[in-house]
This record gives sequence, C-alpha cells and structure tokens, in this order.
Amino acid sequence: MILAQSSATAGRAATDFMWLVTLLPFLSAVIIGFGGKRLGGRAHIAGIAAVGGGLVLSLVGFYQLAAGNATVEASWVWFELDSIELEFGMNYDFLTGVMFVVVTTISTLVHIYSVGYMHGDKRYTWFYTALSLFTGSMLFLVIANNLMQMFVGWELVGVCSYFLIGHYWEETDNSSAAIKAFIVTRVGDVGFLFGIFALFIAGGTFNIPELNLLAEEGELTGTIATVGALLLFCGAVGKSAQVPLHVWLPDAMAGPTPVSALIHAATMVVAGVYLVARMFIVFEHAPAALNVVAIVASITMLIAAALALVQDDIKRVLAYSTVSQLAYMMAALGVGAYTAGVFHLFTHAFFKALLFLGAGSIIHAVHSNNMSDMGGLRKFMPTTFMTFIVGSLALAGIFPLAGFFSKDEIIGEALRAASDERQIVAWIVLISALITAFLTALYMTRACVKTFFGAYRGHGHPHESPRTMTVPLQILAVGSVAVGFLGFPVVGPFPDWINVPGEVHHGFSAFYNLALPAISVAVALAAIWLGFQLFYFERFKVDIRSGRFAWFYRLLENKYYIDDIYLGGIVRPIQYPIARATNWINQNVIDGVVNGTAWGTVAAGKGVYGVIDQRVVDFAVNGAAGLTGFSGGILRYIQTGNVQRYAAFLFVAVAAFVALFGLF
Amino acid sequence: MEWIDSYGLSLATFLPVAGAVVLLLLPVGADGLLKLVGTVFSGLALVVGVLVVARFDYAGAGEIQLEVNATWIPQIEASYHIGIDGISLPLFALSLLVSFLCMIYCWFHIPEPGKTKAFLSLILLLETGMTGTFVALDLILFFIFFEVVLVPMYFLIGIWGGSRRQYAAVKFFLYTLFGSIFMLLGFLAIFFQGSSFDMIALRNNPPLASGTLQNIIFVGLFLGFAVKVPMWPFHTWLPDAHTEAPTVGSVLLAAIMLKMGTYGFIRIAYPILPDAAMYFGPVIGILAVIAIIYGALCCFAQTDLKRLIAFSSVGHMGFVMLGIATLTDRGINGAIFGMVAHGLITGMLFFLAGSMHERYHTREIAALGGMLQQIPRFGALLVYSAIASLGLPGLAGFWGEMLALLGSYQPGGGLDPFLFRILMIGGGIGTVLTAGYLLWTLQRVAMGSIPEKFAAGHNIPDVRPLEWMAWSPLLVLILAAGVYPKLVLGVTDEAVQTLLGAFGG
Repeated sequence: MILAQSSATAGRAATDFMWLVTLLPFLSAVIIGFGGKRLGGRAHIAGIAAVGGGLVLSLVGFYQLAAGNATVEASWVWFELDSIELEFGMNYDFLTGVMFVVVTTISTLVHIYSVGYMHGDKRYTWFYTALSLFTGSMLFLVIANNLMQMFVGWELVGVCSYFLIGHYWEETDNSSAAIKAFIVTRVGDVGFLFGIFALFIAGGTFNIPELNLLAEEGELTGTIATVGALLLFCGAVGKSAQVPLHVWLPDAMAGPTPVSALIHAATMVVAGVYLVARMFIVFEHAPAALNVVAIVASITMLIAAALALVQDDIKRVLAYSTVSQLAYMMAALGVGAYTAGVFHLFTHAFFKALLFLGAGSIIHAVHSNNMSDMGGLRKFMPTTFMTFIVGSLALAGIFPLAGFFSKDEIIGEALRAASDERQIVAWIVLISALITAFLTALYMTRACVKTFFGAYRGHGHPHESPRTMTVPLQILAVGSVAVGFLGFPVVGPFPDWINVPGEVHHGFSAFYNLALPAISVAVALAAIWLGFQLFYFERFKVDIRSGRFAWFYRLLENKYYIDDIYLGGIVRPIQYPIARATNWINQNVIDGVVNGTAWGTVAAGKGVYGVIDQRVVDFAVNGAAGLTGFSGGILRYIQTGNVQRYAAFLFVAVAAFVALFGLF
Repeated sequence: MEWIDSYGLSLATFLPVAGAVVLLLLPVGADGLLKLVGTVFSGLALVVGVLVVARFDYAGAGEIQLEVNATWIPQIEASYHIGIDGISLPLFALSLLVSFLCMIYCWFHIPEPGKTKAFLSLILLLETGMTGTFVALDLILFFIFFEVVLVPMYFLIGIWGGSRRQYAAVKFFLYTLFGSIFMLLGFLAIFFQGSSFDMIALRNNPPLASGTLQNIIFVGLFLGFAVKVPMWPFHTWLPDAHTEAPTVGSVLLAAIMLKMGTYGFIRIAYPILPDAAMYFGPVIGILAVIAIIYGALCCFAQTDLKRLIAFSSVGHMGFVMLGIATLTDRGINGAIFGMVAHGLITGMLFFLAGSMHERYHTREIAALGGMLQQIPRFGALLVYSAIASLGLPGLAGFWGEMLALLGSYQPGGGLDPFLFRILMIGGGIGTVLTAGYLLWTLQRVAMGSIPEKFAAGHNIPDVRPLEWMAWSPLLVLILAAGVYPKLVLGVTDEAVQTLLGAFGG
C-alpha cells in the first residue's frame, strides 16, 4: 500500500526501483550467510553480483535524475499507534543518488579487492556476509525518508562495523577496538535518538522532507530546532568521529584493510556528514547549531591532522587523515557551504578508498602496518606506488586532482562567508582549513617518503599484489583524477545536482577567483617541499623528542591524553569500582534487608516459641487459676463504675480509630 | 471452529495441568513415554493457542474476546471470568510457545537428580498457572493463577537447582508471597469498595474516588506486582532464583513469570486505580530508571554468566516499567513490546547459558572463552542473542526501549515532562551501559582463545538438533518482531487505547 508516490514521468523509471539497490546486498548477505562454508572460496560471487548490480542501477538512476526525472518519494506504513505513524520509505533525490553511486562504487571495488586480500582467510564467508550486510544497511540508511528508519540503518552499519573491526577476534586488542567503536558511537547515537524525539514532538513527523519543509516555513525554529539539531549532531559527531568522540576511528584500523577503506573512510563514517546534509534546512534555521558544527569541525580537523604527523602505523596516518577530512566536510556545512561539503564527501570517497586499498596492498606485501618496516617499495610495487601517489596528491589538493576542486570550494566558501557575512566562525573555519591543508600535504609526504622511498627496512621480499587488488587501485586512481571535474568552476554540473532547494544557488562560480586556488596549491606545495626536506633529505635535524617542543610531541604521542581520560576516568571506574560497589550494596544492603528480615523473623519465631509459647502460654495454662484471679482484679479496677473513666476510654478508642481511618 | 470461542482459552489453560495428571498415572521409569505425553499435552495447548490467535478479531483488539463468564463462587461473587484482548494475547501466546519449547528442550536434558515425571509435571502445572494469569478477568481467579506458579517453581528450584538451591527457593517463595499478601489485601479492599471482583466491570467503572484510600490500595497492588517484575529494590530474589534454577526454570521465569508482574500493572492496578497510578507515576518512573542503571552496573561486576543475565533482566524490565509509567500509548505499547521481546531474548539467553553449563560444567565467565572457535554455531547464537538484548534495531530488543524513551520525552496523565526527560536521559545512559557489559561479556566468553582446560581432549558439541528445534522459533521471532514490529504493536494498540481511556486519552 503505497501512500505517496510522486514520479513525474508516466512510465516506470529506474529511479522507482532504487529500493532494489538496497535489497540486493541484504539478499546476498542471506545467501552467503546461510551458504556458509559450503560456498567456500566462492562466497564473494554473490556479493559482487549484488553490489555490482546495485552499482549499475545506481548509475542508471542517477543518469535519469540528471536527465530530468523527478525525485521519488514512496512509503509504506511500518507500524502505527494512535499517536505515531512510522513510515518505511524511500527518498531518492540527488543527494541520495550521489551517495548511492559512492557506496556502490566503493563497495563493489572493495568486494573485488578482498578476493585477493582476504584469500585463505578462515572466516572468508563470514567476511563477505558482513560486507554485504554492511552495504545493504548503509544504503538503507541513505535511502530512508524518515529519521527513525535512518536511525535503524545507522545502528545496523554500526554493528557491521563492530563485527568487521573485530574480525580477528582471537586477539583481545581487536575485539576491544570493536567494542570501543560500538560504545563510543552509541554515546552519540543516544543523542541522535533524543534529537529525533525532539523534532518528532515539535514537528509531528519523522519524515525528513517534511521536517525540512517545516523549518523552511518557519514552523520549526527557535530553541526546539536548535536543541533538536544539536542532538542530531551528537549522532554525527559519533559516527563521523569528530571531537570529542573521534577516539574510536584510529583503533578501528584493527579490522581488515578493505573494511577500513569501505567503512572507515568512504562510506559509514560520512554518514554523520550525510545526516547534517540531509537535515540541512533544519540546521540552517538553527544558526547556533550550525555554528557549533563549524567550531567542532575546525577543532577536529586541526588536532587530527597534527596526530597524523606522528603515526608510524600507515593505517593510523590515514585514519587521522579521515577524521580531519570529515571535519572539512562538516566545517563546509557549518559555514553554509552545502554543495562544497557534499562535493568533498564525494571526491574524498575515491581518493581515501584508494589510499586505504593502497595501504592494504603494501601491508599485504610486507606483513606489517608500520612504516618503519617499509621503505623503498616503489621498486617492488610500481602499480601500488603510482596509484598511491595519485591518491596522496589528490588528498593534498594538487591541481587537477579531485581533492583540489572540492577543497578549494570549501576554502572559497569559507572566505565568502567570512568576508560577506563577517562571521567570526567562518574566519575560524577558513584559518583552520588553510592550516589543515598544509598539515595534510605534510603528513602525506611523510607517509609516501617513508613507504616508497629510501631503502627497504623490512624483512622478506615484498611483491606487487595480484590483479584483483591492483585493478581496483587503478580504477580508483582514474576516479581520483576524474571526479573533480564534475565540480569544475562554472562548467561542472555538480552544483546543479546538489544544492539547497528553495535557495538561490550560487554554485561554484560566483565567488571564484584565481588567487585562492593559487594560494592553496602554494600552501600544499610548500608542505610537500618541507616534507621532502624533513623526511627524505633529513635536512633540518630537529630533535623534537627533547627540544623546546618536546611537550607538544609528547602530547601528540599520547593523543592529547583523551583516550586515557576516557578510559581511566570513565570506562574503568564504571567497569570495576563503581560496578563492584553497586554489587556490594546489592548484596549487603538491599539484600541484607531481605535476609535480615528473614533472620529477624526466624529469631522472632524462635523467641515466640521459646518465651511466649513455652513459658507464657504454658505458664498461663498451668497458672490459669491464679491468672483468673489476677485479671479479675484488673477488670474490677476498670469496672469501677466511674463514668468519667469510661468516657475517657471511649474517647481514646474512637480517636485511635479516627486516626487510623482518617488516613484513608 | 466456533468451539474455540467458548472453550479455546480454557482448553489452552487447562490442557497442561491435565497432562500433569496423566503423567502422575504413568510409571516412574518410562522416561520416553513421560516426555512424549508431556510434549503432546503442551503441544496441544499450543495448537489451541494458535487457533485462538487465528480466531482473534484484530479489528476489535481493544475489546475482550473469546469471553467466558460463569458462576464460580457465588458467595463471594467470584466468577470464572476469562477472556483475551490485544494486551493479553501476545503474552498468552508467548507463554504457550515458550512452555512448549521448554518441553522439547527437556527431551535431551533433565537436570540432576532426574525424576523426569515430577519435573515434567511441575512444568505443566507452571504452564497452566502462567497461561491462566493472562486470561483471567476475575481478581480471585487471577490471584489463584498468580499464586499457583509459585509452588512448581519452588520445587523446580529447590530440587533441580544449583548448589544454593534451597536458599534460593525459599527466598523466591517467601518474597513473592510477601508481595502477594499485600496484593490480596488490595483486591479485597477493591471488592469492598466496588462490590465486584470483575476486572472489566471495575475498569469500566473504577470504584474509588481519587484520594488516600485509592493510593493505599495501589501501594498494596504495587508491592505484589513490583516484587514479581521485579522492580528495584524488590529484585534481590531474582538473581538467586535465576542462578540456581534449572535451565528451563530460568527460561520460564525470565520469559513469562516476570511479565505477570508488569501485566498486573497494566491489567489491574492502572485501569482500576487510575488516579493513584498518576499519583505514583513519578515514583514508578524513578524506580524504573534506577533499575535500568543499577542493573547494568551490577552486570559489570558479575562473574557468573547466569547471574549476569539475571541482572540484565532487572534493567530490561526497568524499561518496561518506564514505558508503563509514562501513561502514553507510546510508552505502554512499548512496554508490552518490551515484555515480548525480553521474553524471547532473555529466554533464549538462559537456554544458551544452561546449555553452556551443561557443556563446560561451569558458568564462570573467567573460565570460558573462544566459544566462536570451538563451537561456532553456538557462539554465533550467543552473539545474536546478546546483540538483540542490547537493543539493536532490526531485532526485537529495540522497539520496546525506543518507545519507552519516546514516551518519557512527553509523558501523559499530567506527569511532569521535566522529570521524565531526566528519566529518559537516564534510560539512554542505560542503553550505553547495557551495550557495554554485553559486548564485554561476548569478548570474554565467545571471542579470544579457547582456555587450555577445554582445548584438548574435550569434545564439546556444537548446537544439537533438539536444541535447534527448541530455539529456532525464538530466533526467528526475535528477527521477525524486530523487522516487523507491527506483529506485536498491531495487536496491542487498540487495547492500550481502551486502557488509556481512564487517563483522559
């Protein structure tokens, strides 16, 4: 029973069937999951077919959107109570379309790449089950037409991430990293859920387009919109690893590297950015919330980029880089640069997935994550080398690679906001973005030098990876060059696709001048030059470990002590002393009352038996004669015929009853 | 099928006890025959239950259906009044299903010291008591069913239990009885005010004006139900009873018996004493949230797996009580959903804990490990159930908690939204803690490496066929209720609306 369907064209377009893209990976997860070991080394076939099919359909759907087909919103009733109607629906527009292309592209390539990378893994089928399940859940999150459905997908990708981070759960460190990821993101998710409640109660609906419309019409504004938006942003902070909930993402690198590429670089971690983009009109009408987004993002991009500089584990370099780049996207949204933020999400997916898969190829060859075990690999692994360099240049924002276009748009938009609207927040974003651009080029230069240049420092004989791994690298390298042109100033179509509806969209051209890209490329080139001086030629010998800035180095090495504060200040106390104290109270105080009552009752029973039954009653029976005389004396005392005394007794008795029943 | 209308509920309720009588006539040693007869009677009850579910008119789920109202003890105006509506139907079906699954589970495992005949008879008697509680519409009849379950459970724990079984059994019995006495006094007080034991008549015309008397009676009922739920701080019998009870005892206790308390609130205390319910709403809400956080914290400190699951029940039932306390259709529907979900999930977890103990002869978390390596299917079921228990959307645990929290965001019945929003935040913290201890448990029990003690020379079997038979329905329903929550919410909402009529909508 389809409640609403707004397809403009009379015929059935591919856009009507985009739910199929979501369904296919779920089906393949079921097939692989139940096929289990019987499928053996063929488990990937179902996954690749499902996700690859989804990619084709996503491209066709997007083409139709671009060709002018209307967006599709369709929904069914999931359940309804008298006061709630929860829908189960799809909302396919350009933003969804872009995400679909990103998710299915990267997922398909990761599925193919993993055939080589995970070859011989003892949980090969389970790996593909989880990968398919993740892809389906991610698409479910993206296509959702309402916040509650999105939340469901949001949690499902979280649990898939938990499974895949902990893929090698024989090692406690890996399962701890998985738990950390789940718990830290769940802290944000609680805020997200409450944000959904706030907007639902204020707006009367979970439906995303309707909530945005309410905000646009001015019916969802003021405190409640700000509170709702900020709570939603809590979820985004968790999922997209922004300060202060960024701590899980570097540890998440414990998972297999293809997983890091798919989940922890290109797709799941951008869900937070996607959430803010989806609800952008609500955020726009809550300027305070949007400022918080910008500030949090500015802090995050700087501190993460600085951390990327001191890592030895190549995956951790990329992980901190991801945190920093996600903050770039968030910051763009924070200064109102909706198109630029989404564009960076789009381009980043390609070159960051490329870098991670390249790192995986290296790790596959040298059997170590540490750059101190690498070096000189460009001779052994030419394809990996070339593609990795492309990815690094794209990330550093060198013309004409993808990162150049998207990063420049963000810097440009921040400048526009800073100069036009004179917002201090925009200035902060602008300065942070420029510093981050410098740091980004620097740490990527460091990583490239340490892995590909100089002499090989590891053991064994590194070799180029099999074609199932190198071909995805090549495809992504092409993508990392090409996709930037979709946002080429003036002529690129991206701003026509992604823009804030109802606003005069200024695209990418209105504030473009040549000075800005020149400056940012110069900054990046300077950083690359410095990087080579520092790490290749080792020109400037500065002993950062003991010099004037040693404290800063230690700060970075210890990740600003944030992990230690969380672990030592929150997690361990709850886990041990607080839990044990509660349990002690339970056993000794609360249960003590119960046992004490029981003990007291038994003691009283013994007492009644021993004293009253054995002595008093027996005594009474034995001494009945004497007692009769005694009580007779008392009764005689009462029945003295004194009227006043009678009246006094009566009064006391009545008062006692009144007091007793007066309570009632 | 019209006979279902008049006899269906009675048959489903009394077939098990009839089976118990038949079992008593059979010879002691004939284990196979005893199990067969027990399973057949429980199965027949389930079949009748399924027919009832099929016969039920879902469009009129707010009304009592399949009603029977016969004279029983005219001297005190107690009648044999039974019937079913959208609130009781899911719980009625759940108790028949879980009891039957327990019977199947008994096929391969009767705990020490054996005595198959007595064991199965007691389970059947328990089944009658539980099922009867959910169909009774007369306070005296309800009370009898409510109390009937104590006796078999007392013996199940006291004879077939673990090392501290006698302490646990006596504690369980006396504690519950203690609560029940106040409940019975409450029922009598209601009778003297309303001249009726008929729950429906009393609901339609609540006999008491708001005020102290109503509040005092509510406290009496509260004590009876709160001990059963169990609400904090009346919960301390539960970890002992659960830990010491034999596997099926724990399963039935968790899956069904705890719900008799929450059901009592929804069916009796709230509709008959609505003003008192509103008056005590904040207190119940606060106690519920204390239970959520306190239960989770205690879980972190447990070393015994069964005891950990028992404490997790305290927290989950806290969400149910929070939902009820909000006096909203969201909260109360969420509470009923939560009851069903907890029954499925925690029932499943106790099955697993029992089978684990039977395999490894220990429940110490520190002694276990690497289950996913050694018995991967079993380990996977443990992961699945734990993930369901922590409230993952897509599985049953989510909707109940979500709706209870949503209800707290904007409570009904004139309750203070500020207080309930604080309670909501407390519940939210509880969900994080719950995820924490469950994942930590999984890490220690299911993941890691196999302890040396069990590594070599031990042939630990993976899930057995009979276990699959007993567990698959639960596993499927956990998923089904999670994916398609309308399965439960589609039944309950009408009846909840009827209930909320007493609270001005």
